[in-house]
Amino acid sequence: MTEIIPLSDLMPGSKAIITGLCAEGGMRRRLQDLGFVEGSEVDCVNISPLGDPTAYRISSTIIALRREDADTIKVKITPS
Amino acid sequence: MDSSNLDINHFNILGGLSVQKQSDSDYVIALAGNPNVGKSTIFNTLTGMKQHTGNWPGKTVENTQGYYKLNRQGYILVDIPGSYSLMARSAEEEVARDFICFGNPDAIIVVCDATSLQRNLNLVLQIIETGKRTVVCVNLLDEANQRKIQLNLDLLEKRLGVPVVGTTARSNQGLDQLMATLAVSLKKPTPESIIEYPEYVQQSIAKLAPLIKPYTGNHLSAEWIAARLLDGDQSFYQSLTDFLGLDLKEQTAIKNTLKEIKNNFRKSGITQLELEDAMAEVFVLKSIEIFQGVVKEPAIPSDKKDRKLDKLFTSKTTGFPIMFLLLLLVFWITISGANVPSAILAKALFGLEDWLANAAITIGVPTILIDMLIHGVFNVVAWVVSVMLPPMAIFFPMFTLLEDFGYLPRVAFNLDRLFKSCDACGKQALTMCMGFGCNAVGVTGSKIIDSPRERLIAIITNNFVPCNGRFPILISIISIFLVGSTVGSLNTFFGALILVTTILFGVGMTFLISKILSMTVLKGVPSSFTLELPPYRKPQVGKVIVRSIIDRTLKVLGRAIIAAAPAGLIIWTLNNLQMGNTTLLNSITSLFDPFGKALGMDGAIIIGFILGLPANEIAMPIIIMIYSAQRGLIELEGAALGQLLIQNGWTWVTAISTLLFTLMHWPCATTLLTIRKETQSSKWTIISFLVPTLAGIIITFLFNSVVSLFF
Ligand SMILES: Nc1nc2c(ncn2[C@@H]2O[C@H](COP(=O)(O)OP(=O)(O)O)[C@@H](O)[C@H]2O)c(=O)[nH]1
Ligand SMILES: [Mg+2]
Repeated sequence: MTEIIPLSDLMPGSKAIITGLCAEGGMRRRLQDLGFVEGSEVDCVNISPLGDPTAYRISSTIIALRREDADTIKVKITPS
Repeated sequence: MDSSNLDINHFNILGGLSVQKQSDSDYVIALAGNPNVGKSTIFNTLTGMKQHTGNWPGKTVENTQGYYKLNRQGYILVDIPGSYSLMARSAEEEVARDFICFGNPDAIIVVCDATSLQRNLNLVLQIIETGKRTVVCVNLLDEANQRKIQLNLDLLEKRLGVPVVGTTARSNQGLDQLMATLAVSLKKPTPESIIEYPEYVQQSIAKLAPLIKPYTGNHLSAEWIAARLLDGDQSFYQSLTDFLGLDLKEQTAIKNTLKEIKNNFRKSGITQLELEDAMAEVFVLKSIEIFQGVVKEPAIPSDKKDRKLDKLFTSKTTGFPIMFLLLLLVFWITISGANVPSAILAKALFGLEDWLANAAITIGVPTILIDMLIHGVFNVVAWVVSVMLPPMAIFFPMFTLLEDFGYLPRVAFNLDRLFKSCDACGKQALTMCMGFGCNAVGVTGSKIIDSPRERLIAIITNNFVPCNGRFPILISIISIFLVGSTVGSLNTFFGALILVTTILFGVGMTFLISKILSMTVLKGVPSSFTLELPPYRKPQVGKVIVRSIIDRTLKVLGRAIIAAAPAGLIIWTLNNLQMGNTTLLNSITSLFDPFGKALGMDGAIIIGFILGLPANEIAMPIIIMIYSAQRGLIELEGAALGQLLIQNGWTWVTAISTLLFTLMHWPCATTLLTIRKETQSSKWTIISFLVPTLAGIIITFLFNSVVSLFF
């Protein structure tokens, strides 16, 4: 399973490794500052009751991202 | 230019802060760090100056200063807003960055969360790179302990090259050690950056730095500035230009070298994006490298309890019901709990009024003055205090407890989607919650919203949620006119239902107006945002109550009194100036009658809201005063009030129109003053005045038009 998917497709409870970022400008740097860089592990923790945003665990912290921002992060699912 | 001659006075010190030193030898120390890591707790414990601390990431909004003394050396501690990075993304982070980089602090204490050290190290490394004296404070050791996270702080110190101290600020552990370490470090040379950029970046920095040195002297690290010229953060560059008083990139030698460097990059096929990525990632990678070996975490994530609570508070099934119940509970406690203290306070203050009047008569003060100042001004102020203080003093501590516990970011998480669909920000939900307590506090609280556009939307629409001052009007109108006359649990339920519907209508208006603003004067798309969901923490009940009363309640009350006093004078004057055979107040009231009638109300109601500008709490008493031709504000409740209103022509149409107008009219004076202060703009203050006012006029007018079609 080495298929690359956007982070927004990650289901709650699954883990993935970040393979790339296509956010732009300030948001790109902010995501990097929060630990969303190539090679980092990220977990999908839970989804808001209205379906968006979604909370992720990154660098031992929980960060919620909206779908369109999570779309810009590419990941590779790690088998559990 | 000889760099040794560059004196700090030569620069424009930024940070928007004038540091109040007690003596010239005092050191200025910045307390920096990610949001929610305990900066304010450390600050409060060390300086003893009480200040609000909460659990919302990025909530410290003002640079608060405090004084600390150790071995006859004074330290000015500055509590700056939380930030994730020196690459600022919000006005708050810009304030933090400007103070760290250009505010000339003697040292920076970077406070870190021991349970998420890796992420925190990113900022630590950025601050060390600036070349400023840095002390790292690893706080929340107790939580790390609980989660079985082991830290080797000695190793961390060795790897970072700056002093590291572990603390548990909440129980005052390690803070003496922190200050002692700081004192020693102030005598030592400034640290060296341990960040190693890729070779091609390092070479470029080496080329630029000597050219930059003449402009910065010893006050800024030339290497650090060189790196920032390469990674191109516009907002940083603006501050740098302000600080230096000149545009560095326009200086011939630097300009040419930059051009040459960029040319070389292009030739080697390095894009600006690759360059910036490399310069960002190097911090994260270094953080990971340092982290490994320093921190030993249990194999499975140690935040099980937090995730369980999250499931409860943010899941599809329980998320909204719990949110609703909590909100209801807070309202219920506030409304039912405020009655008795309000009555006691009123009795005491009006007793004081009589006593003052009597005392004034005894010492021979002219009656007119007594009338004007004591029965006019004092009376209105006493009124405002007695109806405003108790609900606020109950609401805000409860709100702050929820905040301290960490619940509030979850509300934003639950509701963000609704706000996004109006091109606004989920954090607006929190400013609305604060608005239920007091719209002025809601306006101040909108600082948590990063995007200036979305923040303005939150400010302008805050008035659509009814504050504590408007609840009593809504409740009395509902119970008198819209619920059957018999008392019973069914009626109470019915009344509550109407109240909830009214509030939901206000919330609906908030969404509608937010959307309209986003399509017109505040055009834009919802900006990207990241929302941290911090760990849940046991709130410190005692401290929270004290802090929320001092910071939120008394501050607002003070402003309300300032607005109420002149209103008292005006009401008294209008009531006591005769125009022919009637008072000025009555003439003005009849002047507004046609306008009021067009909206299903009457002149007295409109005047009530106009003279109620200083505080909505006095609107109803003014209406009653006009109806009953009294000279001062009076309180009437229940059946007596109902009778008076019906005598003055109220019907259910009047009641609903007044209900709608209570929900939607101009913000009170306190809120307007706060909007002025927060936006620094008369334009947005005026718009904030007009938007709810026009909405109220239009909606009540529409309501009455529809009613007149059917009845
Ligand atoms: N358990 C624990 N809680 C702490 C400690 N220091 C601060 N807190 C709590 O963490 C929360 C955030 O603290 P605050 O000082 O407002 O953080 P700031 O945003 O960095 O200013 C508050 O609820 C504090 O009571 C600590 O050492 N241990
Ligand atoms: Mg703080």
